[in-house]
Amino acid sequence: MNEHEPSSVDVLIASDRVPANARPDLLTEDAIWALLDNVLDPEVPAVSVVELGIVRDLSWDGTHLTVDVTPTYSGCPATELIEELIAEAMRAAGIRDPQINRVLTPAWTTDWITEEGREKLRAFGIAPPQGSASKMSLLGADDVIACPLCGSEHTERLSEFGSTACKALYRCLDCREPFDYFKCI
Amino acid sequence: MTQQEALQEYLLRMADSGMILAQRLSELVGKAPALEEELASSNVALDLIGQARNWYEYAAELIDDGRDADKLVFLRDAHDYRNLLMVEQPNDDYAVTMARQFFFDVWHYFTLKALSNSKDERIATIAAKAVKEATYHLRRSSEWVKRMGDGTEESHRRIQDAFNLLWRFTGELITPDDIDHAMFEAGIGPDPQQLKQDWFGMVREVAAQATLAVGEEDAWMYMGGKTGEHTEHLGHILAVMQFLPRAYPDATTW
Repeated sequence: MNEHEPSSVDVLIASDRVPANARPDLLTEDAIWALLDNVLDPEVPAVSVVELGIVRDLSWDGTHLTVDVTPTYSGCPATELIEELIAEAMRAAGIRDPQINRVLTPAWTTDWITEEGREKLRAFGIAPPQGSASKMSLLGADDVIACPLCGSEHTERLSEFGSTACKALYRCLDCREPFDYFKCI
Repeated sequence: MTQQEALQEYLLRMADSGMILAQRLSELVGKAPALEEELASSNVALDLIGQARNWYEYAAELIDDGRDADKLVFLRDAHDYRNLLMVEQPNDDYAVTMARQFFFDVWHYFTLKALSNSKDERIATIAAKAVKEATYHLRRSSEWVKRMGDGTEESHRRIQDAFNLLWRFTGELITPDDIDHAMFEAGIGPDPQQLKQDWFGMVREVAAQATLAVGEEDAWMYMGGKTGEHTEHLGHILAVMQFLPRAYPDATTW
């Protein structure tokens, strides 16, 4: 057994190839889902791609893996990076040539963010999407968005768009902190 | 014109209109009137570019002459562009920027809503995603129109001037031509009558709340963008947008 800690260079090299001692044939589908749950969204590193609901499906026969991924927004600049991060994580687990499919339909909705994902967003300082996307009104009043930092419901929207397309910018009128709100779509 | 040629033209209209408006909005990066507005404008631009890419990729597959989305964007001249004249108009003051956005967003929202029920599955898929984004664009621009219209004397004057200035480009949004009719008859595109009715309905509703007057339905309108006849502005937009890929053709790293 080699007990020395791998250097960052080792990790870099290893991340790009299949480890020699990997036994991907022993991986179950559940194990692959668990591996995917370790792949974090690069723009919101508090949640995994599974918690975000963008991994739609996978098929695994012990040799060939296909993962269906859907983008959050049409113009999300992280789409290619996320696909590459997923492929990399799969290769690191010993899976050769994982195939990542980009699927547009059905369109991603924030309703697919898991309960756990919502809690992690809140803990990260981002207010999770409120209510259901299908019930959002076009020109009507907004829902009350609670401050993820102090919990106050005394907040106001500063802008419909925040640091990324998927978020709006809010401000808490009690603790005075600005915060991102993950918009319902 | 065959059905497929009409479809290609239609896809280019959707793609080019989003792309050119996104390029206009990108001009605000670094000089929007407020930080929040800079973020909002660039996010809207990003959505529009993402949607445009989806339309271009579909168009490129149908055109099938070896050009991809990038080549369609960077290597076509103004007369090959099929965008609405509205979107190539200059940013001017923020009231003009927002009036342009509002007129476009209302058209975009109802068009995408109809397209998400298109018989063409690829179109329905792209539109179903895009309409969610366009909903937020419309929420923002309509709120700005109301805020400026029902705001101070100065903001009211400016947004009313902007409505008057841009009104002559609204006709093109809702006046169908042969291609629009062909797309509707094939179950692919929106019902032109319905689109016109929906567009006027929402524009009048928001204008009323904003205490703004809208122009006449039968006012003289500038048309031609959808068939490649543009205002003097498009060439300048393309000159900026296309310079790099034309100066360094096929460069993979810039």
